[in-house]
Amino acid sequence: MIYLLIYLIVTSLIVMIPGRKMSLILTGVTMFVLVIFSSCLAIDVLIQTQNQSFLLEVQQFISPLISCDKLSAFFILIINFTVVSGFLYSTGYLKPYLKSKPVTWIKLHYLALVWLHVSMIMVTLFRNGFYFLMVWEIMTLSSFILVIFEYDVKGTVKAGLIYLIQMHVGMLFILAAFIISSKGYERLTFDNLDFYFLNNSNWPVFLIFFIGFGLKAGFFFLHTWLPDAHPAAPSHVSGIMSGVMIKLGIYGILRVTTYLVSDLAPIGISVIILSAITGLFGVMMAILQHDIKKLLAYHSIENIGIIGLGIGLGIYGSAIGNVIVSVAGYAGALLHTLNHSLFKSLLFYSAGTVIGQVHTRDVEKMGGLIKFMPFTAWAFLIGAIAISGLPPFNGFISEFLIYISLFNGIGSGDFYPLVVFFIAMLSLVVIGGLAILCFTKVFSVMFLGQPRSEYHEKPVEAKKIMLLAKLLPVIPIVMIGFLPFIIIKPLLSLSGSVFNVAQTLPVEAMIQPMQYISIISVSLLLLITAILVVRKSVMRNRMTLAGPTWGCGYSSVDSKQQYTATSFIQEYSDLVKPVITTGHSKINYSDDEIFPGKRDFYTHSDDFVRSRLILKPSNFIVTTLKRAAIFQTGKLQHYVLYALIFLFLILALTFIGLI
Amino acid sequence: MVALILIIITSLITSGLIVRMKSIFSGRKGPGIFQPIKNTWVLLRKGIVYSLTSGSITRLAPAVIAASVLIAALMVPVAGFQPLISFNGDFVLFAYLFALSRFMMIIAAFDSGSSFEGMGASREALYGMLIEPALFVLIAGLVIFTGNYSISSIFTLPGKENYAIIFGLIISYIIGNITLIENSRVPVDDPKTHLELTMIHEVMVLDTSGFNLALIQITAYLKFAVFGSLISSTLIPVFLRLILFFAVQVLFGAAIGFIESFRSRFKMNRNQQYILTVTLISMLLFVVILFTKNIF
Repeated sequence: MIYLLIYLIVTSLIVMIPGRKMSLILTGVTMFVLVIFSSCLAIDVLIQTQNQSFLLEVQQFISPLISCDKLSAFFILIINFTVVSGFLYSTGYLKPYLKSKPVTWIKLHYLALVWLHVSMIMVTLFRNGFYFLMVWEIMTLSSFILVIFEYDVKGTVKAGLIYLIQMHVGMLFILAAFIISSKGYERLTFDNLDFYFLNNSNWPVFLIFFIGFGLKAGFFFLHTWLPDAHPAAPSHVSGIMSGVMIKLGIYGILRVTTYLVSDLAPIGISVIILSAITGLFGVMMAILQHDIKKLLAYHSIENIGIIGLGIGLGIYGSAIGNVIVSVAGYAGALLHTLNHSLFKSLLFYSAGTVIGQVHTRDVEKMGGLIKFMPFTAWAFLIGAIAISGLPPFNGFISEFLIYISLFNGIGSGDFYPLVVFFIAMLSLVVIGGLAILCFTKVFSVMFLGQPRSEYHEKPVEAKKIMLLAKLLPVIPIVMIGFLPFIIIKPLLSLSGSVFNVAQTLPVEAMIQPMQYISIISVSLLLLITAILVVRKSVMRNRMTLAGPTWGCGYSSVDSKQQYTATSFIQEYSDLVKPVITTGHSKINYSDDEIFPGKRDFYTHSDDFVRSRLILKPSNFIVTTLKRAAIFQTGKLQHYVLYALIFLFLILALTFIGLI
Repeated sequence: MVALILIIITSLITSGLIVRMKSIFSGRKGPGIFQPIKNTWVLLRKGIVYSLTSGSITRLAPAVIAASVLIAALMVPVAGFQPLISFNGDFVLFAYLFALSRFMMIIAAFDSGSSFEGMGASREALYGMLIEPALFVLIAGLVIFTGNYSISSIFTLPGKENYAIIFGLIISYIIGNITLIENSRVPVDDPKTHLELTMIHEVMVLDTSGFNLALIQITAYLKFAVFGSLISSTLIPVFLRLILFFAVQVLFGAAIGFIESFRSRFKMNRNQQYILTVTLISMLLFVVILFTKNIF
């Protein structure tokens, strides 16, 4: 603890030292020191065969409040990876802002980044509830500062405040759960749950924890801060927040899950159902978005749904005593957590590069960008294929694990479990299909065809350091996709050891499919290369011409006639109208308007949770409180009168004997 | 290996059969069975015209489309012959390889910046999304029915259970419909239409030519063969399997030709209902399987 405080103070000082470049480099260096240090610990814990925490070995130099088991270690590695790539990306991304923003503000930004990094690591390490909540709070505050970086843009601060308030509501839930579970103890700790869950019914406390952590993770009806905060934040912050910070909500849920002993079936079923809704809702909303970062934010919700499905299957699998269902579910959830942190940060970085060049987040105004920024476009494509869960990239592997869990559940035979698994399978299939619809749309409209509006300046490819930041996640995306059997064994032992699955793990049954997937991915790659080579050699002595796009006889095709994102999803949006209402502003012309003037036209999709559950009650509160404002006259005499009335009231009540 | 060879042989004849059937029913003399293959062969030897707007995606996509379907074919059993690759959960990979090919198809359509190709892409994306549950529900039913987890064992029905042949027929009906939708045939789409506005698949490849177009056509032939083989596996017992296999393939091709000759295509906005109906039939089968297995 003391070391970390010293570390924090030192880095904070370093960030604040004058000289822009020097402080940036030094911040980077100190950050890498922490990354290397914590990663070493994490790897050390992960490669141990038993699930022993390093608490025992390093007790001398870290206080016993901290303990690092495999679950923490896994999350530390994810955090470190994404923070490093985010930091590299930010050095390039923030360059244009150096002129427009005060130096202190930028330094504060980096300070917050360092604090976010440290607090995220500490969240995974602390078991003591008090310290846990403290670092949880630091995490929220520092990410709040990161989100409101562009405070002068309309809506940014509001989005940040929404985030801040909702996070505090979440923290209150976590605090409440801690207090309930620690009744009769001196300290609030996670370990109290061990005893509490043995003697009490499990689901109420789990539910309170779930709401608290679910607010961070963005489960359905707790997600409303996400689509606001991500578009407001700078892209590296979105990448880090969506990539790892919301995963700490998942970490919290998993941590609580490790202590569960009874009520497993109802908890598992509710988590599965809620996650299925989360996933479907996330992707259904995402398709309708034309703001690229909002779209990616809704996709975070979708992926949280998929991770939640895995967790729910894990819990439900242990409830019905099916080891494969349980282990494959947990392993799928954990792997998807890792995968999502990789491809989501990649997508946010690529989107950020594009936004920095074309100065809009509206995909309808982009187009043809693959010619200007090929590396970014290919990085985005890899991310898009991976997030759609398609082979040969990593998204497929984690979804495959969840499918294995599901089909084993379906094949195992009882009716009621079967219904649960069937619903989960159906939703996962639909989520996959919708994700393809969404990412073909956004990739095509952003990067392909001709520019859909005139760019003020010619977009150029990102700087080398930003490309490096994009390359970092691409490597593991491809690695996990092509060689899944390498990661599957530690992953299974991780999920098996953390979640106390007593029986021997079905390692062989899992590794064999992974090897085949690896073979198939490699042969797919080889076959593609072979076809390309054959085409090249065949085409060597034939004509390759270039001509205008077929316009059905119409010869002067221009960029305005291209298919747009709105029209691409037209049939879909008609189909989902019963669930999600979309609308557009009306353009009315009066009869006497011979030369119509300019009019604004916009389309919108309604997030019904946000409008019904958050906006309606809060608006009601605001209007009611506004009515009470008649008392606030601003005249001193009135206020004296209020005090007098109050005193008389007290007097009268005492006289009657009520107080 | 036998399975793969059989699939490739089948892919050579099915689409020719469809064309032949259509010409017979419409009273034309019509081309020979191998005419589509000959056309593709001609395309393979032609030069390529690229759109000025298109870039690297157009150049890469046809290879990925063809490769992913060919790789998916490695996992398909043919009339009792074991496929080259078979493992637990391979049907997920199978379905997702088809999805990968669809993904590339859609983005390739957008690459030319055409005003038509996006239209087909939009429909393809939506219908592809809607038909996927049908396949997965069918697979889930078969997983319960057979208790196995790989394509080669769940689709090999005969001899496993009573009533297997009846289930085989229903499954064939569902897979047949999936084939029509995946391959954009009547009643969802008409490959012979001449109006871009009403096309789905054809409009996506308007700007694809030569070798690339040939690759796309080969993919379409392979898709027919793959689904045809799945149907044959559900129906054919072990004896006489080669002869019966080809009989089923000929019937399959003839049936599609028959449908295309006598059925009119749907209005575009009715297609979704039709596709969802297929999903529902597949769910019905699922429920029936639950009954036969006494799970209710």
